[in-house]
Amino acid sequence: MSLPLDTATGPVATDPAGTGPAARAIEVSHLRKRYGDFDAVKDVSFDVAEGETFGFLGPNGAGKSTTIKMLCTLVEPTSGSARVAGFDVVKGRAEVRKNIGLVFQDTTLDDYLTAEENLRFHAELYGVPRATVPDRLRTVMEMVGLWERRRSLVRTYSGGMKRRLEIGRGLLHSPRVLFLDEPTVGLDPQTRSSIWNYINELKRREHITIFLTTHYMDEAEYCDRIAIMNSGQIVVLDTPEALKAAVGKDRVVIQTADDDAAMAALRANFGIESAIHEGNVTFAVPGGEQFVPRLFAELGVAIRSVSVARPSLDDVFMSHTGTTIRDAESSSTDRLRSNPMARARR
Amino acid sequence: MTTTTTPATAAAATAVPTVRIAGGTFADDIRAMKMVWRRELIRFFRNRIRIFTSLMQPMLFLFVLGAGLGGITRGVTGKLSFKTFMFPGVLAMAVLFTAIFSAISIVWDREFGFLREMLVAPVSRWAIVLGKCLGGATVATGQGIVMLCLAGAVHVPYNPVLLLTLVGELMLVALALTSFGVMAASRMQEVESFQVVMNFFVLPIFFLSGAFFPLTGIPAWLKVLSVLDPLSYGVDPMRRAVFSKLHNVTPTTLHTLAPGVHWDGWRVPTLLELAIVAMLCMVMLSVAIWQFTKAE
Repeated sequence: MSLPLDTATGPVATDPAGTGPAARAIEVSHLRKRYGDFDAVKDVSFDVAEGETFGFLGPNGAGKSTTIKMLCTLVEPTSGSARVAGFDVVKGRAEVRKNIGLVFQDTTLDDYLTAEENLRFHAELYGVPRATVPDRLRTVMEMVGLWERRRSLVRTYSGGMKRRLEIGRGLLHSPRVLFLDEPTVGLDPQTRSSIWNYINELKRREHITIFLTTHYMDEAEYCDRIAIMNSGQIVVLDTPEALKAAVGKDRVVIQTADDDAAMAALRANFGIESAIHEGNVTFAVPGGEQFVPRLFAELGVAIRSVSVARPSLDDVFMSHTGTTIRDAESSSTDRLRSNPMARARR
Repeated sequence: MTTTTTPATAAAATAVPTVRIAGGTFADDIRAMKMVWRRELIRFFRNRIRIFTSLMQPMLFLFVLGAGLGGITRGVTGKLSFKTFMFPGVLAMAVLFTAIFSAISIVWDREFGFLREMLVAPVSRWAIVLGKCLGGATVATGQGIVMLCLAGAVHVPYNPVLLLTLVGELMLVALALTSFGVMAASRMQEVESFQVVMNFFVLPIFFLSGAFFPLTGIPAWLKVLSVLDPLSYGVDPMRRAVFSKLHNVTPTTLHTLAPGVHWDGWRVPTLLELAIVAMLCMVMLSVAIWQFTKAE
């Protein structure tokens, strides 16, 4: 296990106020959470700089949500420490809460209030000064494109609109860190991409740190840095580009007349292990484009088509965990089922 | 204390109004409490069907059941209409069901996630619980007041002192019942548990309170239960208030229909009854707040 970026980070936490120019938005050190005899999060350490968009990527049950809940003061860590916006998540709970915006996996809107009433409720509970509420309300509602629909009951909203409203609400009190726990889960691809347009627009307009979790690889591309999490641990942490470059291999997908023979031939002739993904023989090889002529010459099995792709984050995940995110997900679901304590609490 | 200080970076130069939160004070908690209270009212008034049905039930009891029973109880009530006797009980009923229903809505809030929005806010939990209880109590008192407007229809005089006394007593009973409901709902995960609360707590305390029949000719074991029933101490003061303003009541009928709550032959005075209700209300409110403070 290598976490090269973390060990190099200096002890920023010595700044008592935590608001100096070098302040980190989030500092996590040896964070751990146990439920019974199940380690949901095992010894996680990382820092997030102010203004950064930081993604936690991993299958369901990898410990992403538990980590985010500890950072949001909703769950107390078993051991280790974390500071958010300069405040300790255990000792400075109220301070942390004031400085963060939260968007949960499940909606937390009141369906029987209008969008505007939901936001006003939030403004009152977060003590947003009355004089600034109308302006601020309009700003965030316009930012998520719902100003025209502000007087509609939330129950008339679509899933995507509700999500946008929650993102807007999370920003209402001008938090320093916005936590998005699976912000696009359960939405169709078109709505997902529109949500991302709003998130990117918000990054442009507000100086804010965004911490998000996702199990969609394509969404991780929007992050400045991502940490891949699996079985409660951070497997690797870097920029998406660096992670992909580090894989070093291209993904080659071929259609053949006889897949079994082709896989055997790949192993025998080239020493390459392949697998069937979505009905096609798939393998990773350095310099994929240069490899294709050799493949045709030496495979000995008829090839119908070839495609070569640069490594994706899926490949990054695979190269670090030895499994695809989808497979990891099905096995972790089994683990959760046998461990009811590890389920997310309401 | 000011906590949010957005750095004066290039991003802050855009025309985005930035908010500074001065939080954590008593005034902030009060502000949050008022909002939670207001939400209860908004939600109640938006649901017209609920307003109608929760008024329908007490009216049905008063004018249909009351009229029906009136025919067979004339020997006891004398010149007094049975509906007049039932009136304070029906007021209690109107408050009871609305209060419990409002309180239990916290389970819906949990189910649909909104409770979480309240619980993660940087405000004290007592503010949220108290706001919820006061909201439910306000709505319930409102329902009671609507029923109170029908006083004339059952020969209860519109005496200002009587009306004010009844409104005050309704408020107290409503707050106590809402606190009970919120306390019961604090650990409840499913909406289905509401039925359990209704059948095992709400209906028994209602029937034992003497709201619909006088606690005179009842068996000893029932008498014991009714003395233990907290709602008895809420219904009796209202009935006493109503009976004190009636002119056609003989001492015998008064003794039969409004016997009061007795502790070993001693009739508990009105003020003590109200103090008992107030004290129970405080205890249940505290338990409810405590439950929500330790829950995440």
